[in-house]
Amino acid sequence: MVKFTVEDQDGNRQEVEAPTDMGFSLMEILKASEYPILATCGGMALCATCHIEILEGPDELGEATDIELDQLENLPEYFPTSRLSCQIRVSDMLEGAVLKLRGEDVI
Amino acid sequence: MIQTDLCIIGAGPVGLFAVFEAGLLKMRCHLIDALPQVGGQLSEIYPQKPIYDIPGYPEVKAQELVDNLMEQIKPFKPTFTLGERVDHLEKQEDGSYIVTTSDKTQVHAQVIVIAGGLGCFEPRKPVLDNLETFEGKGVTYMVKNPETFRDKNVVLAGGGDSALDWTIYLADVAKRVTLVHRNETFRGAPDSAAKVFDLASEGKIDLILSANLKEISGNGKLDSVTLTDKTKNEYKIETDYLIPLFGLSPKLGPIADWGLSIDKNAIEVDTRDYSTGVERIYAIGDINTYPGKLKLILCGFHEAAIMMHSAFKYVYPDQKLSFKYTTVNGVNAF
Repeated sequence: MVKFTVEDQDGNRQEVEAPTDMGFSLMEILKASEYPILATCGGMALCATCHIEILEGPDELGEATDIELDQLENLPEYFPTSRLSCQIRVSDMLEGAVLKLRGEDVI
Repeated sequence: MIQTDLCIIGAGPVGLFAVFEAGLLKMRCHLIDALPQVGGQLSEIYPQKPIYDIPGYPEVKAQELVDNLMEQIKPFKPTFTLGERVDHLEKQEDGSYIVTTSDKTQVHAQVIVIAGGLGCFEPRKPVLDNLETFEGKGVTYMVKNPETFRDKNVVLAGGGDSALDWTIYLADVAKRVTLVHRNETFRGAPDSAAKVFDLASEGKIDLILSANLKEISGNGKLDSVTLTDKTKNEYKIETDYLIPLFGLSPKLGPIADWGLSIDKNAIEVDTRDYSTGVERIYAIGDINTYPGKLKLILCGFHEAAIMMHSAFKYVYPDQKLSFKYTTVNGVNAF
């Protein structure tokens, strides 16, 4: 299990715990934790509705991949450590991280 | 006014297959979708992605499934209104409905089928003060008719394929095109990006990189856009139009105002026939919710079949429905 902190659109922070051995993506954990994320495309890095910003954590965690950048660049606004949470595997790298929900497509 | 038996809101896979199930019961359908093409998110978001859980297809590309559905429903001659959003539903005295779209198209139907998926895809908007007040008065999010921009000054903002494609297209139509992009490079199709850089170096367009929209102004109508660059310098550009192109995102939209019972952006239905709490209005596919709901295309297909048998009584109140397999009689077109 890993523990990390999620800041919602209103600035409220809450600790979330997730298993590292079930192959979940961070988007799936956020949805399961009832955060208002649409995840329209279901995790294919095709819609950017699961956009988050890494506020604290290892540098590597804040580095978006090429397919993420393809989507992020289309958004009106994104940040240096923006990621698509569907592209982040839940792993020990998330331990102690702080992330902020940035999807403007809230439910 | 368009007259039909069923008005289907949403032309994604489930809305399309609903035409087939309605057709077997001799009910005609008119479909309305906010997107300019059929297929919903399959065509809009992932046309080339393979889908593996459609019965009978070990693997099928999303667009191929949409094309096949269009072929399958052809005998039932569905009609379409595309690129328009359904804004109003108005119940008539006899129980039927009149649907009105954003472009004032009207459809009279006995039954409404909401197959709206995640809602309608609407343009993402940049955060700018007074943006809404200039919508339709210089600010537009879609190029519906390029002639609108002939001999006008146009500022486009964005760095994706649509920003590149429209910059290239409008370079020959508009008086002056300015493309504003927040980065130094484009991630869109390399050919289009190269063309845009060529147009800029030939002086045919103005390309402003590493810049962001800051404010817009005008007196009743847009007349200028202010940008900031990475060193926070500000530029004011006089323009007739601003076209922000930052992709589309789904919104529930006006469906939320139709008096239906909504839970977490989905319409609650009775699983006996996928009816909503409002008579003659059904909801099928990803837009509905019920205990045990799975957002799968194949579940939407199932829901379409069940709901049509329930809707029959409103279209043919004096007839008894007799269930027939397609293997017995084939598909009898209208």
